[in-house]
Amino acid sequence: MANIFNLHLGFLHDGLSLFFLATILLISIPSGIYSLGYLKGHFSKGKILYNWFLFILFVVSMLLVVAVDNALVFLICWELMSLVSYFLVVFDEKSEKSQSAGTTYVVMTHIGTAFIMLAFLILYKHAGSFDFSVLKAASGTLSPTAKTLVFVFLLIGFGTKAGIVPLHIWLPQAHPQAPSHVSSLMSGVMIKTAIYGIIRFVIFILGVGSLWWGNLVLVLAAISCVVGVIYALMEHDLKKLLAYHSVENIGIILLGLGASMVFLKINLPVLAVFSLAAGLYHLINHAIFKGLLFLCAGSVYKATGTRNIEKLGGLIKKMPYTSAAFLVGAMAISAIPPLNGFVSEWLTLQAFFQGALVSTSGIKVFLSLCAVALALTSGLAAACFVKAFGVTFLAQPRGNKAKEAREVSFSMKLSMCILSILTFVFGLFSAIIFKNLLLISKSALGLKALDVNFSPNNLTLAAGNNALVSLPLVAFMLIAFIVAVVLIFIFAGKLQAKKYNTWDCGYYKLNPRNEYSATAFSKPFRIAFSFFLLPYKKTEKIRESFYHVKTFKYETFTTPVFGKYIYAPLLGIILGIARLMRRLQPGSIHLYISYIFVTIIALIMFMKKF
Amino acid sequence: MSTTFFQACWRRKNVSVGLITVDIMTKVTLSILQVIIFAAIAPLVSGVIAKIKNNLRFRCGASIFQPYYNIAKLFAKEEVISETASWIFRATPFIVLASTITAAFMVPAFISGYKAGDLLLLVFLFSLGRFFLALSALDTGSSFGGMGSSREMFISSFAEPAAILSIFAISLNLGTTNLSAINSLYAIKFSTIIAAVSLFMVILAETSRIPIDNQETHLELTMIHEAMVLEYSGKSLALIELASYIKQVVFFSLMGTILLPAFLSCGLVNNFTVFAGYLAKLFVLCVLVSFIEVNLAKMRLFRAIDFFSFSFVLALIAIIMAALGV
Repeated sequence: MANIFNLHLGFLHDGLSLFFLATILLISIPSGIYSLGYLKGHFSKGKILYNWFLFILFVVSMLLVVAVDNALVFLICWELMSLVSYFLVVFDEKSEKSQSAGTTYVVMTHIGTAFIMLAFLILYKHAGSFDFSVLKAASGTLSPTAKTLVFVFLLIGFGTKAGIVPLHIWLPQAHPQAPSHVSSLMSGVMIKTAIYGIIRFVIFILGVGSLWWGNLVLVLAAISCVVGVIYALMEHDLKKLLAYHSVENIGIILLGLGASMVFLKINLPVLAVFSLAAGLYHLINHAIFKGLLFLCAGSVYKATGTRNIEKLGGLIKKMPYTSAAFLVGAMAISAIPPLNGFVSEWLTLQAFFQGALVSTSGIKVFLSLCAVALALTSGLAAACFVKAFGVTFLAQPRGNKAKEAREVSFSMKLSMCILSILTFVFGLFSAIIFKNLLLISKSALGLKALDVNFSPNNLTLAAGNNALVSLPLVAFMLIAFIVAVVLIFIFAGKLQAKKYNTWDCGYYKLNPRNEYSATAFSKPFRIAFSFFLLPYKKTEKIRESFYHVKTFKYETFTTPVFGKYIYAPLLGIILGIARLMRRLQPGSIHLYISYIFVTIIALIMFMKKF
Repeated sequence: MSTTFFQACWRRKNVSVGLITVDIMTKVTLSILQVIIFAAIAPLVSGVIAKIKNNLRFRCGASIFQPYYNIAKLFAKEEVISETASWIFRATPFIVLASTITAAFMVPAFISGYKAGDLLLLVFLFSLGRFFLALSALDTGSSFGGMGSSREMFISSFAEPAAILSIFAISLNLGTTNLSAINSLYAIKFSTIIAAVSLFMVILAETSRIPIDNQETHLELTMIHEAMVLEYSGKSLALIELASYIKQVVFFSLMGTILLPAFLSCGLVNNFTVFAGYLAKLFVLCVLVSFIEVNLAKMRLFRAIDFFSFSFVLALIAIIMAALGV
């Protein structure tokens, strides 16, 4: 047996690792620039230095995670990344919320790491080394049971980090508590390292064992995206809303990944390459627009001191740059052409369609249903971002803080601007980018020799199908038509308009309290999904007398199904066992000495045996 | 239909293959021509539907050209915008119109539209217009706008899965999601027809027709689309109205092409009967929509889920049938 500490420290430089390195740097640099302005005035000098130390360590640990070529070193870097991000979550130690969020995070992430360790140990026992190349070579001879076990452990382990439903519980708590530039990194990039883990260890090293693996990933992904977006719709905390959207988008990425696993198993290698590339495309897109949205949310928080969108409103006039950047991000995440989110969702839908076209009947229907989950998600996401943008930035301010908001500093604007431009770039030049992603996907799947037909000008598909979308053309047409109509209006002298009050039914001047709030906006959805959200309300009347109600308080809540029905009982069981175990420790030194004695005896007997 | 008719169509199809190979300028010109014709006849479609509805109710009704008069009137009027509104409110009519025209550019109606996207893109292009319209409704700070915006997004997010699934079913039969594929002659399968019914239900909702929405109502509690555009006036309202007329024609053309592809596939320049056939298809759809609108009542907002569930189940049946090869 080789010495496990005899570490071979090498770095990977295949397409997959390079892709993830690029993604991490792409988001880290704007976040770093952003933090210059964001931290100023918020925290003391020492605290800012401490933040920079953690921030750089965080980025470096993420870079190492996707670059190392040894499973043990991978685990060490993984743990470093988790711990550093824990310290970033509890960075704002004044807030009590961040402490409990940090605890949930650190517990959940270590449960995940434990499962990853188990998987690695099984692999190590078989291969005798932690080297990726050795693991890959040895995994071919792994027994099917062990293979399945490794897959399930890896899925749970990385799924916890990625935030797959129902393991997502920590994500909406932890991400919003970190400073915004860190949230953008955590949501944009850190959870993607889990996707890297799944691709690297399940697809690349282990190899897809059987068809149900892919199906399981697809089902989990579909559930994640729908559940994530439904929770996001109910959320009024801007950053928490974005965190739930991360759950949704991880689902969309995994749809691509799962489809790829299914296609590998039903012998459609071209489509497997295609859908993995679609998943990777959504991964980098999500990193960009979610990073952008978190930065915008941070700007709003910095300017107003609140994240509750019910108390905001009217910021578009106070913060034109931030609102424009948020609008771009919102359009991208709602899959609106010609921005980048549309491209990857279209590609994923096409992957499902192509798969449905050539596969047999059962899988046909299954893949179509996955596409439906994606369609429902994008519809609901659009609704959610109409809510988020409309309630935060439009109409009149609903609170004093929103009234006094001012645009943020230059460095913050700059980094939001960089990411906004990137959303356009990744939308309009999708053909070139996707071509490279296909190469990465090929190398990750070990299908380098495969010929995937591709036309560089538009996203033409392989397999004799000529479905295409030419986004530059669409963008050109949109702009051309807008310009044409505006020009006609200018020449006709028709652009000016009179300003007057909003129509108020002829009663009195409207005030901000008449506006549609986020709660009101999401009410239809709350009713439609009541079977899942289990909404309830609390009303409170304060009466002066029996006949006269002085004030009336009305609050609506939704039941956190996963927390209440899965995690709370689980926690109850664990605490119950802990209470039983406590009896072993009554505090008597005599008892403890006897424990030591018994243990020694047991050990001696144990050693004798071998 | 006799075999000779199909043969004639095949022959025309060959002509159109020749047309496709001619230079790109012809295609662009033809598509622009199609958009102009769309814009020209779009208000007429609404006028015809209104007329048929009125006649079905034994009323005289306004002239079928009333929508044109309305638009002309709106263009001439002064525009009033809310003090609360931001640039989103000003930009929305242009964006809505541009996204609709872009969609109209690509749809094969009487000429094969310009190949810039597929059926899926069409769904997402309309969501661009809808997104901005919903934002502009929130922009003025009126609670009617918010109500309309919330309801529109609610309905569209349930319409989208049904739409995608029926598009999948239709495209599975065609072998591609390409828009020009529905332009070619193909053997219509039973599953295509069922999927088309499902898509038609979505189209009813998207064009704000009964039973989901009612274009005639201005009752605050029931309107959806009208509530969103309540604050618009003058030219901006004219643009939005025009956009929704064009959107309706785009959807009707799509529907007509899916169900009766035999009438097209030829360039307008070649054969005028194609255009006549296209108009006939539009008219049939107008009659159908009128009958539905007259005979049904508007559903309660939350019944819309049942409506879309039905549409969804139809599309699912279509998918299963397509998978079985029916």
